[in-house]
Amino acid sequence: MLLNEETEQQGRINDHNRMTEEYIMSVLSEVNDPEIPVLNIVEMGIVRSVRIQHQRVTIRITPTYSGCPAMNVIENDIHKTLSEKGIETFDVVTDFSETWTTDWMTSEARQKLKEYGIAPPGKSETDHDFLTGLKNSQKIVPCPWCDSLETFLQSEFGSTACKSQHYCNGCDQPFEHFKCI
Amino acid sequence: MSTFDTLPQNRDQALTEILLRLADDRLILGHRLSEWAGHAPELEEDLALANIALDMIGHASALYTYAAKINGLKEEDWHAYFRDDIDFKNAAITELPNGDFAYSIARLFLFSVWSYLLYRELTKTITDIQLKGMLTKHMKEIKYHLRHSREWVIRLGDGTKESHNRVQNALDDLWMYTGELFQSDPIEQACTEFQLFTDVSGLKAEWADIVTGTLDEATLTLPVDEQFMFSGSRSGRHTEHLGWLLAEMQFLRRSHPEADWI
Repeated sequence: MLLNEETEQQGRINDHNRMTEEYIMSVLSEVNDPEIPVLNIVEMGIVRSVRIQHQRVTIRITPTYSGCPAMNVIENDIHKTLSEKGIETFDVVTDFSETWTTDWMTSEARQKLKEYGIAPPGKSETDHDFLTGLKNSQKIVPCPWCDSLETFLQSEFGSTACKSQHYCNGCDQPFEHFKCI
Repeated sequence: MSTFDTLPQNRDQALTEILLRLADDRLILGHRLSEWAGHAPELEEDLALANIALDMIGHASALYTYAAKINGLKEEDWHAYFRDDIDFKNAAITELPNGDFAYSIARLFLFSVWSYLLYRELTKTITDIQLKGMLTKHMKEIKYHLRHSREWVIRLGDGTKESHNRVQNALDDLWMYTGELFQSDPIEQACTEFQLFTDVSGLKAEWADIVTGTLDEATLTLPVDEQFMFSGSRSGRHTEHLGWLLAEMQFLRRSHPEADWI
């Protein structure tokens, strides 16, 4: 479910003392992106806010790519992880009012991506240079394995919606790049 | 039930109308593109077209879900699976069969330029915060679709004699379906008064600029604009092709309307 589909789980919060917004956020950082399992949904910037009002938790998330099939899995994983911690009174709200951008990824997340073999996103481009500026095939993406700049774009579309395919002439390895949006 | 013949009387009706027009374009073209999966001329392009299809169906899904919420429907799927062709509001260019690779690329390019310009206007004018957020998000992906299809039009046009002829024929055949993209109707005008849409005829000049520039670069000839233009699909008067597409797309869900994922 993509929009404001507030899934309600009735129940009682077991331990009131633990129920701070920071605690919930730390629990959510145990939920990993199913397609890039080295990253969690907090450092990805998917979790936008956690609010506790009248002992009810509201978690606001925003999708990365519109058609990303991982979003449903992520929502289910949030439910599972919170339930395992005994947190049962919460809503997960998908909010479109903010637009996800790779600029929200933390520097730790970028480093983890690189170590995992995915070239991290650069800074997202401005609106007008996408068509008239540099062709995407002319942008230089450093190889995550050997840091060579002798790489080329194989395809703007990769194994998932968020990645493009590249090849490194330095180490003769293919690699993926997290697209900047 | 057909819903196209009444003007929206309030903001919710106008919003529903716009959500369905935008979503139907994306669902139908997304479905067409998905037909390429496993058939594209090379693996990278197979992935690319499947990715673009996924984006478009994702856009449609978000828009349908919002429409369902406004209208108190349980789920977005109803819009995709339980309406007949006469109730679909997509432009005819999105429903035409894929043809060859050049045809599909040319169609994606012509549509993406229009889509890019429309979304750019809508993200400026729409005040509804959720819809505006969705469109801003979709816009980022539409730019990828536009860039990808534009680069392919240039590669094919400026490629071999065979690829040049194929993409030129595709553009010539598709041209009569571009007219209605810029035809405003009373429903859209009513929606514009609710600050939910824009006058599409205002997009034509810049669309023509981008298309002309690209075709020049691709050594292709711009088709003649003074020709018969198909129209009426926004009001449910589609080509024969939409019915066939829906028959395939909707069959399973209509045969098992109560089926659920478990």
